[in-house]
Amino acid sequence: MAAPFSWIRPEPHGVHVVPADVWIDPSKAVDAALVTHGHADHARGGHGTTVATPETLAIMDLRYNTREGATPVEYGETIRLKGGVDATYIPAGHVLGSAQILLEHAGERVVITGDYKRRPDPTCPPFQVTPCDIFITEATFGLPLFAHPPIAEEMGKLLSRLEAHPDACVLVGAYALGKAQRVIAELRAAGHHQPIYLHGAMEKMCRLYEEFGVNLGELRLVADHDKDDIRGHVVVCPPSALNDRWSRRLPDPITAMASGWMRVRQRARQRNVELPLVISDHADWAELTRTIEEVNPHETWITHGREEALLRWHQLHQRRARALALVGYEDEDD
Amino acid sequence: MEEFAALLDALIYTRSRNEKLRLIAEYLRETPDPDRGWALAALTDGLDFKAVKSSTIRNLLKERVDPVLWSLSRDFVGDTAETAALLWPEPLGGVGTPPPTVSEAVDALGVMTRTSVMTELPRLLDRLDSAGRYALLKLATGGMRVGVSSRLAKVAFAQAFDVPVDDVEEYWHALEPPYADLFAWGADGADPPDTENLPLFRPFMLAHPLEETVVDLADYAAEWKWDGIRVQLVHVAGETRLYSRSGDDISATFPEMVDALDLPAVLDGELLVRGVHQGGEQGGAASFNALQQRLGRKTVSKKMLTESPAFVRLYDVLMLDGEDLRGLPWANRRKRLEKLVPRLPDSHFDLSQLVEARDFDHLAQIREGARDDAIEGLMLKRRDSLYVPGRKTGLWYKWKRDPLLVDCVLMYAQRGSGKRSSFYSDYTFGCWDGDPDEGAELLPVGKAYSGFTDAELKKLDKLVRQTTLNRFGPVREVERTLVFEVAFDSVHSSKRHKSGLAMRFPRIHRIRWDKPVHEADRLDGLRALIRD
Repeated sequence: MAAPFSWIRPEPHGVHVVPADVWIDPSKAVDAALVTHGHADHARGGHGTTVATPETLAIMDLRYNTREGATPVEYGETIRLKGGVDATYIPAGHVLGSAQILLEHAGERVVITGDYKRRPDPTCPPFQVTPCDIFITEATFGLPLFAHPPIAEEMGKLLSRLEAHPDACVLVGAYALGKAQRVIAELRAAGHHQPIYLHGAMEKMCRLYEEFGVNLGELRLVADHDKDDIRGHVVVCPPSALNDRWSRRLPDPITAMASGWMRVRQRARQRNVELPLVISDHADWAELTRTIEEVNPHETWITHGREEALLRWHQLHQRRARALALVGYEDEDD
Repeated sequence: MEEFAALLDALIYTRSRNEKLRLIAEYLRETPDPDRGWALAALTDGLDFKAVKSSTIRNLLKERVDPVLWSLSRDFVGDTAETAALLWPEPLGGVGTPPPTVSEAVDALGVMTRTSVMTELPRLLDRLDSAGRYALLKLATGGMRVGVSSRLAKVAFAQAFDVPVDDVEEYWHALEPPYADLFAWGADGADPPDTENLPLFRPFMLAHPLEETVVDLADYAAEWKWDGIRVQLVHVAGETRLYSRSGDDISATFPEMVDALDLPAVLDGELLVRGVHQGGEQGGAASFNALQQRLGRKTVSKKMLTESPAFVRLYDVLMLDGEDLRGLPWANRRKRLEKLVPRLPDSHFDLSQLVEARDFDHLAQIREGARDDAIEGLMLKRRDSLYVPGRKTGLWYKWKRDPLLVDCVLMYAQRGSGKRSSFYSDYTFGCWDGDPDEGAELLPVGKAYSGFTDAELKKLDKLVRQTTLNRFGPVREVERTLVFEVAFDSVHSSKRHKSGLAMRFPRIHRIRWDKPVHEADRLDGLRALIRD
């Protein structure tokens, strides 16, 4: 009999499921890939077969034109892979279509979270705790100083700043996939029903969200409007456009950024942010550690982020853990 | 404390100088005494609480948070006070009691001892939310990092109450926090504070770099820019004080200067140590290195006083025998200074000589020779310039000699702090101790953290992360792949470094992405430039 868990192997370019010869979120092109969600550091084009949720496949199609070999799996659905491996896609609560992947083989259970959060998000179904032997988790915000405030507080900050400057606009830098749509949906939930203006790079992804039933209210493109139309409104753009020449067409923009990194003052200063909004699609420290306690795995593997601190936490709580040091996973502008 | 905390946060996230001024002025107008005075002192680094240091905060946190998690967090944030504010475990049941006012906090901090601080500071922290804790810890330890200089704070005071900023500067140094008399004068129209018989610091007149400007020597006088520290010596009503450029009282460090002046005057000059390094035998001043041995000491040994006696080379006279000369043109003050010098003991004073030149080109030639005399460069002063505080364009220029350049190899990088926290922005670089093709090694020769753009910093940070060989806490040793062209003002021998030398003012002049590391310079070349 093979050694326990010898069928799943962390390699520098992703996690390899040996009997099925498939890779989870590989950072280079492979024959068969299981993809957790559509962010660029997890979902790359060029694989022979790509297994993912229909939402993730649509996102990948939009971004990389990867229609070939696309194999959709619904949440809760189990598919049988080669070599007697079962894969089940479970909501991760990160962005539209994001999933954890439960792998079962020879009576052993492994969960790969991809990226996840535990907060409610109007744009995707919530994370589900899935008991397993090995829990492969992210640790993007794996330091005890990260505690994301309730999103309603951050929306309140944004709206009160807008109200205080009716002749200006608040320009929110937000990651184009996920963060931007969540901010818009949360603004609607907070009772803000004014049109929201978009940077051109945001448009297609917002439309895709709407096709999947996420209502974002009235959206307008900055390019189609004059400065005066935009006064007193919220504008959403990718973080890279915040200090770009593009923003000069806006009426006295107040620069905001929606990201978990905004918790650290000097980080916000580095980005020249005037209104930091601590909004993240990743689990904060309390969510990470609570999740591990709830899942209660035999061993935790940490894919990326601040793995040293999360390893230390395991040590302090007499839990087994190891860091995988995968390449190519980055701290996106989250 | 909430208003002060909100002010700090608003200042952190505000880029515009005018907006910063508006924020501070508004706070000063709307906040009662003495809170606003304490806040003003905190913004200008005027508070010092002996019992509360960064190490105190570290120790307090390590009692409450796992030390490894604390260190990893501190390393990520790059600021002890902020890390502590974020990590402080809030009391069970939340922050209940009303938060302390600024003055309540200042009073409590002021009476804390090294022992009591371990129980008293937590009590204050438990009454504040995260932003409040941040403000309290910044108030307690200084180093606000909100992009507000003490000058800006004074300008904001002047704006808040519509009074002249030069007056604020002048009264400032006569008063102690919380500056009750300053607010009484500014906000309530009381008489200005009495400064006549106090040995007060007067704000220095400063110079702009000359850069491409060409001046007519008919309008400007030239003198050497000596390489010591700029000081102001004040004698009034039997009392003498020596002030540094920032207005710190350094009398205790140079007691011989305090004894040397006994007539009522305010003098501006360069503090130097006797030697033959600067300007040769006649120049009579040792290198900055020699002066440095004497800086920062609270007491001075007899040996030091005899071996490295200090003196002041005089540039200007601001007040004399009770008369304020600052409203006179430089040429008139210079005449008064020349007449005054013979009345002073020549053991402790001499006059900074003017540099005579036929025209600007001739002066440029003279400046070229400045390095041989180990002088920092030249000063150009408009002959009709009044003595005005700060840097006013067109009045005084400094014209430093060109820097020396050397090609060094990046060896270690350290994370920066403040705005650069989490970027590897402090670089240690070395030169070869022989022929690199024959197995020579690199020895560190200096460290620099300036001279590159934000875009270059990002590129450097990436390179450091990709080529890390070893990690030592916040420091990373990197593969030897990158050459820096380093600019520096001078180089001196040093026992503290393995290379046996130390650079003055090293900064990155250019990043030589293109240059192979074996073509970097050797130690021999650098040693040949030593002037001690």
